[in-house]
Amino acid sequence: MNAEHFRYVLRLGDNALVLGQRLAEWCGHSPFLEEDIAMANTALDHIGRARMLLTHAGALEGRGRDEDALAYQRDERDFGNFLLCELPNGDYAFTLVRQYLLDAYHRLLFAQLVDSRDADLAAIAAKAVKEASYHVRRSGDWVGRLGDGTAESHHRAQTALDEVWGYGAELFAADAVDHAMVAAGIAPDPALLAVQWRDEVTALLRAATLTVPADDWQASGGRAGLHTEHMGRLLAEMQFVQRAYPGLKW
Amino acid sequence: MVKRVERGPASDADITAVRALLEQVCDPEIPILTIADIGILRDVVRVLDRIQVVITPTYSGCPAMHAIADDIQHVVQAAGYTDVAIITRLAPAWTTDWLSAAGRAKLHQGGIAPPLQATTDKRSLRGAVAAVGCPRCASLETVVISEFGSTACKALYRCTRCLEPFDYFKCL
Repeated sequence: MNAEHFRYVLRLGDNALVLGQRLAEWCGHSPFLEEDIAMANTALDHIGRARMLLTHAGALEGRGRDEDALAYQRDERDFGNFLLCELPNGDYAFTLVRQYLLDAYHRLLFAQLVDSRDADLAAIAAKAVKEASYHVRRSGDWVGRLGDGTAESHHRAQTALDEVWGYGAELFAADAVDHAMVAAGIAPDPALLAVQWRDEVTALLRAATLTVPADDWQASGGRAGLHTEHMGRLLAEMQFVQRAYPGLKW
Repeated sequence: MVKRVERGPASDADITAVRALLEQVCDPEIPILTIADIGILRDVVRVLDRIQVVITPTYSGCPAMHAIADDIQHVVQAAGYTDVAIITRLAPAWTTDWLSAAGRAKLHQGGIAPPLQATTDKRSLRGAVAAVGCPRCASLETVVISEFGSTACKALYRCTRCLEPFDYFKCL
């Protein structure tokens, strides 16, 4: 087993799983019915993506852990998702600004992973890139509407952007795992993605009349298992049933 | 009572028979379409004397995939094929281009606008999204209500001429 390869795919799976779990929290609480359905559908796409990635990670690891074992039986320090994915949903503007930054990132990432030397990962990416393109259309549309909407919606979107911007750098941070994957032709260079992402995202934010925040702070650590205080609660809710009744099926 | 038949190695006739059976299996969420119409059913093949059914999911999180696999097993087992493997193939990824002509016609009859195909609408050159026709009155004056509809594969539209809301089988 190649430890870096396993860890790389696991992190991708964790991003999808944790963000999917957060989005699913909106189910039944969104501002109106159509958005409730849209949010739940997007959550489903992310959880479906997580299932494929975690299954693949388990196969790479070769220790018999399946998607459920990886989702429900790991502790906080073993999760390698971005901090941005685990932040509480806040208001609708916060959720959609965060979603837009991540959707834009995922579209660029999966478009590159389609050419990965890992054929299974390439197949998952080919599926995910289509969905990410659809997601970014909706989340980008909402950022435009909220930013260039009423004074209240603009204020909320700008506040959200100011709160999440510093978490963006982690999307493109490269450690030993990333370097090994880039060298092996399995993953794209995060530095190249960063340039594309910044161009695309800043153009949309400006069109939405939002001010792109200064890069004066950064928060990271999720990829190394150092999470915010919100992560433990998210896992407690997500993992409760399998922790209380191990192996339970329905 | 279903008669169970012990079968030997799969023959060409078995492959044909299983394919014919599976072409009748309906999608659990859009039951006016079969899994062959949608393009979920990719192949029925023989691998080392066993029958293999290959399916491709429409959406990563499509909750119907389990139900579809169960339905396939149920149909083939009822016909006495007890040793059929169902393989999920991800690549190439499913696309609405795989929707059959019959499937598109059935969608339209069922009040669901089929996915758009190649367009000659000049507005698309200026980046505009091609117009989705109302399945009831055929008007092209329609607006998106939500990019996501009652299932993962549909969006919700409204016709501004007849004022009826309708589902659009979105293009992927």
